[in-house]
Amino acid sequence: MLTKILQTLSPATAISPVQPERYSPSIMRMRKIWDIHGGIHPPENKTQSLGERIRQAGIPAQLILPLSQHIGAAAVPIVKVGDQILKGQCIARAEGLVSVPVHAPSSGCVVAIENRPIPHPSGLDDLCIVIDTDGHDRWRERNPVENFASCDKQTLLGIIRDAGIAGMGGAGFPTGFKLNVRDAREIDTLVLNGTECEPYITSDHALMRERAEEIAEGIAILAQLLQPREILLGVEDNKLDVVAGLQSALQAHDFNALSQRDCIVEVVTFPTKYPSGGEKQLIEILTGKQVPSGRLPADLGIVCQNLGTAVAIADAVLRDIPLISRITTITGEAVDRPCNLEVLLGTPVEYLLQQCGFRAGENNRLVMGGPMMGFALLDTRVPVIKTSNCILAPTEAELPKPPAAQPCIRCGFCAEACPASLLPQQLYWFAQGKELEKLEQHNIADCIECGACSYVCPSNIPLVQYYRAAKAEIRERDRDMQQAEYAKQRFDARQERLQRLEQEKQAARKARQAKAAARSKQSGDADPKAAAVAAALARVEAKKVEAKKAQAANSAEDDPVQRALLKRKAQQQAEAADPQAALQQKVDSAKARLEKAETRLADAQAENSEHLAAFEAAVQKGREKLAAAEQALAQPKEKSTDQPASN
Amino acid sequence: MIEFLFSHPIASALLALLLLGAAFGAVLGFGAISFKVEGDPIVDQINAILPQTQCGQCGYPGCKPYAEAIANGDAINKCPPGGDAGIHALADLLDVEPIALDDEHGVEDVRKVAYIREAECIGCTKCIQACPVDAILGAAKQMHTVIVSECTGCDLCVEPCPVDCIDMLPVETGTRAWSWNLPDAHQNPADIIASDRDKPRAA
Repeated sequence: MLTKILQTLSPATAISPVQPERYSPSIMRMRKIWDIHGGIHPPENKTQSLGERIRQAGIPAQLILPLSQHIGAAAVPIVKVGDQILKGQCIARAEGLVSVPVHAPSSGCVVAIENRPIPHPSGLDDLCIVIDTDGHDRWRERNPVENFASCDKQTLLGIIRDAGIAGMGGAGFPTGFKLNVRDAREIDTLVLNGTECEPYITSDHALMRERAEEIAEGIAILAQLLQPREILLGVEDNKLDVVAGLQSALQAHDFNALSQRDCIVEVVTFPTKYPSGGEKQLIEILTGKQVPSGRLPADLGIVCQNLGTAVAIADAVLRDIPLISRITTITGEAVDRPCNLEVLLGTPVEYLLQQCGFRAGENNRLVMGGPMMGFALLDTRVPVIKTSNCILAPTEAELPKPPAAQPCIRCGFCAEACPASLLPQQLYWFAQGKELEKLEQHNIADCIECGACSYVCPSNIPLVQYYRAAKAEIRERDRDMQQAEYAKQRFDARQERLQRLEQEKQAARKARQAKAAARSKQSGDADPKAAAVAAALARVEAKKVEAKKAQAANSAEDDPVQRALLKRKAQQQAEAADPQAALQQKVDSAKARLEKAETRLADAQAENSEHLAAFEAAVQKGREKLAAAEQALAQPKEKSTDQPASN
Repeated sequence: MIEFLFSHPIASALLALLLLGAAFGAVLGFGAISFKVEGDPIVDQINAILPQTQCGQCGYPGCKPYAEAIANGDAINKCPPGGDAGIHALADLLDVEPIALDDEHGVEDVRKVAYIREAECIGCTKCIQACPVDAILGAAKQMHTVIVSECTGCDLCVEPCPVDCIDMLPVETGTRAWSWNLPDAHQNPADIIASDRDKPRAA
């Protein structure tokens, strides 16, 4: 029904208050828009913070930079405590593909790398780099790109990755990774998200109002990167004051040349409804295409980026400013001057609240993000991070504590409000009963946790919290199952290995037994053979010794070292051939040497030689060697008693 | 023959049943042989539910043997790491009533992993031999260490260590492992009628 009204009423730019005639036809085209299922119209509360222009929040005394400000692996510090750092210097590198680096938002000194409270629904601490600023705000050397139109895709992606840009709409997905679309996948449509549908938040509105040129630059770089056929800038019709500015800023760029084909660039306005700013919701509103469950917009040839991200990209490429600041809305009735501040990342929330006249007594709880999807901050010392679009300080009357939940009456309002066309009450029952499979069958993964169901629930059931818990449980179960499967594989592999080793051991034992049995069988006739072999070898050796003696006598120039080597070689060969015989031979040769030494000693005694002592020592040594050789020969005999003596 | 069958309806009915029985028996017998499934499929299904910590707290040397024991009629409440969720899954699978965890075999605990105090390790390799999933790295007379991502937390390595240098530490819950809890249904007594409440409902 609403769709029909939309189609008749709202051809995008027709409702724009400005009807400039100088715009090219491509920007003036009438465009059909679609409606999404469900949605709600909560009080907007946006005007409070739009009274002033964006102000600089200034440099706080201390900056606290969490290493995990995005989805994906935490960054890894590359500075040490005590390091002096400059503004824009990289202080933590990206870890892996789905991660982004962190840069110093101002110059100063690293005073700590430790766990500090971070803005996270858990209220837990996480590793942060703490910088004491020096107030000089000294920049590192900057090398901006002169002409981005001449850069190729990988260069631009590299700049975006190195600048630490993560999606600034709230989820914080690494932009460099999201834009790195496979070459085979052609991107038809680039969607820029200027919806900002959540109540209170006006940071994107302020950005569009005051920095339209930078937005246009960012869009131009994205066009160069993705080469889309159409670029759609989605803006809700509660922000019509920004449309003219955006359109004229977009005029400054030649998108046809950048995307190298006919490119339609359009600022599309559509009726305000929460949550039309969800990625899949906005794509449906602007293109009529539904992104299937479990798929990415890129699968349909669509890429969606937040406007804040586009500005960050323009800063990174054209001015070499990494992501070190962002626009954050400070609002709520407990602050005197609600406004939008340009905040250095890592600025403590309390520093910002002070600037806006925070009345702590009236504030009942502090929320980071909007009232629908934000989470309560337990500590005002937590820093602003890349995804912090709003700090909401409401009074008790403004945002009262939710009343006690009552039983579900199955009214079905939640199903009507759900923008993802799910069945929230069914999911609620299954989440209570922890029926994870049923939850999956009812596509809980498609829940964007927008809170529309909780908002309309007449029983005040905190439905989203059930879904978040159930999603976490599903994730945990999947992880456990994966780990169990892995452990099983490893256990099986180990069992197999142990079995194999045992089998090998058995086989080796059997082989040894068989060998021993064969030997004992042959032992009867093996003896004379072995003796014969040993005798033959002894004869050969004796002959060799004779021959060598003769040779030595004949030729004095024969090298003794050579001889010794040859002898060793022969011995080794013999030893290898038959260890028993070799031992026997050793005994024989030792005996021969001893006899020789004894005769020499006798000669020396007869001649009364001066080398008597040396000859005596030689005889002694010869005796020892003989004894050792005989022992060596005897030992194997002792070990295997069934083996007969070989001589 | 046919005349006999027509004249004796009871006998012919019995004969027909006999023949049918024989025919189906033959088909079933043939099927049982030719479509024989190796292994017990129910054991695999039970094994898939067990947490594969291989800790042996159930009294069996690993999850597979316990799965086989369950298939043969053992109690389903002997697995502390699987906990209540595991017992419920087994009860669903086997179509029996879920029962409470048997305390004799241990109590459900937070997930833990082993850490070796490396300075004290003497390199005896005893823990390496005890680890059912090969999650400990080291060599004789070299320091050992646990590969945390592979450790199932079975604590089988703690007992054999001669210098008692292995600790079982709970897995850290950082912001990444943190998750939302289900809202506490008892905190908001929603099942009383509004007029019975002590305090009026907040606006």
